Amino acid sequence: MNFAGFIVAQTLNAFSQAAILFFIACGLTLIFGIMRIINFAHGGLFMVGAYVGYSTVAYTGSFWLSLLIAPITVAAIGGIFEKVFLSKLYVRQDAGAYLMLTFGLAIILAQAVHLIWGPQPRSVAIPDLLRGVVVILNQPFPIYRLFLIAIGAAAAIALWQFLERTRAGLLIRAVSQNAEMVHALGTDVALVRTGIFMLGCAIAALGGVLSAPLVTAFLGMGSTVIIDAFVIVIIGGMGSFLGSIVGSLLVAFVQVFGAYYFQDMALAIIYLLMLLVLIVRPGGLLGKEQ
Amino acid sequence: MLRIEGLHTYYGPGHILHGVDLHIPEAKIAAVLGRNGVGKTTTVRSIMGLAPPRAGHVWLANQDIAGWPPHLIARAGVAYVPEGRLIFPDLTVVENIRVAERTAARQWTLERLFQLFPALGERARNRGSELSGGEQQMLAVARALATDPKVMLLDEPSQGLAPLVVRELANVIGRLRDEGVTILLVEQNLKLAEAVADHVFVMVKGRTVYKAPLKTFQAEQNEVKARYLTL
Repeated sequence: MNFAGFIVAQTLNAFSQAAILFFIACGLTLIFGIMRIINFAHGGLFMVGAYVGYSTVAYTGSFWLSLLIAPITVAAIGGIFEKVFLSKLYVRQDAGAYLMLTFGLAIILAQAVHLIWGPQPRSVAIPDLLRGVVVILNQPFPIYRLFLIAIGAAAAIALWQFLERTRAGLLIRAVSQNAEMVHALGTDVALVRTGIFMLGCAIAALGGVLSAPLVTAFLGMGSTVIIDAFVIVIIGGMGSFLGSIVGSLLVAFVQVFGAYYFQDMALAIIYLLMLLVLIVRPGGLLGKEQ
Repeated sequence: MLRIEGLHTYYGPGHILHGVDLHIPEAKIAAVLGRNGVGKTTTVRSIMGLAPPRAGHVWLANQDIAGWPPHLIARAGVAYVPEGRLIFPDLTVVENIRVAERTAARQWTLERLFQLFPALGERARNRGSELSGGEQQMLAVARALATDPKVMLLDEPSQGLAPLVVRELANVIGRLRDEGVTILLVEQNLKLAEAVADHVFVMVKGRTVYKAPLKTFQAEQNEVKARYLTL
């Protein structure tokens, strides 16, 4: 077997894995940065995104349409949840209460998916345009994974530019630093909170739709990915957007190469990485020291 | 322009303000003096809606804004320069100001703000955390002005600043009044208060116990200080 080809293929694999992880981790970290909420339901929202994507493809036949419908649907669910339930807890500033509430939502989402779509996994076909492989250094590589890398990178750049260049992005950054001051300067902070929660949900749903062709849509997909996302957010720094990019890449590379070289320890390795980061930089690689 | 009547504010079960009365005519400066912990900051936060009063009125011109949410109070024309300045540390000087700019056509444009505070113009691309205390204070005032206020609330602006910077601050506050801004100044620094104020109020234990024009206050200063201000 050709070593260079192997390395390239695994590297591309890791990048495509990082793309999926980024879609869930960046919403998690943005929501934490603004609201100081650890959204346990984020994995559930990712899963609902995958199932809504499945149904969209089933009814319309268009994978591309599902990339639009699923994020909108999940953003609406998230927005209603934030307005009706989560916002009632803001005066209490109690992290435990947030955790209970979002954990409750995660359970309800899992049950709802079970009721609507049943227990069996639903597979989503890769759209014709992205089917097949390309040969890179004598190694076949799925086109769909290259597509994931491209869309992940595009999303990361777009979000970064949104945060840096738009007025909404400026307000999001300001609220993460001092919400009360933004409020006193004339901005309705409740709107910013709802907006960022919906944005985080939409991105997670997009990740869910995109991962469905790889792993099918299944009931446990949310809980698998949310643990990785928590690790990423801790490694990258809670609330740091760039940290979520760096963390996603690190975790994906460790997962992909770890699974190959240290099969017996593959699961443990990302936790060892997290432990190492926590010892060296307790606030995360790009986070603020507490 | 700003008239406060019988303001009562609680923090949880704690009754902090027991009836605060203040009146500031348009384009005048009122200084609120008092020892630590008498409720000066709570008064400012109550006016701003950050610590909503349970009873009383806050008249801004002809509108009672008591109990409104802070963003609507800000839009009605009240600007807030908090104790400790509370600059956004990771935003640049320009970004700090942009947060406060909700509409385009405004009285205090970026150029005018940089004319008023040339030092800020030079540091436009620096982050808030990179500024000196004096620059941060000027930025807090500039940021408040960017909301195009009728009334500005200044909470301990001289805190931690060198005497030379405090003098500069006094000039700025005087200029804002000349531009028509009505100012409520909470201060421990008696020199700054005397340098700019038209009226003086003194608070004790959550109440306003003394009010007088500056001239009268200066004449009665020793007595007022002994009764209300020294420990």
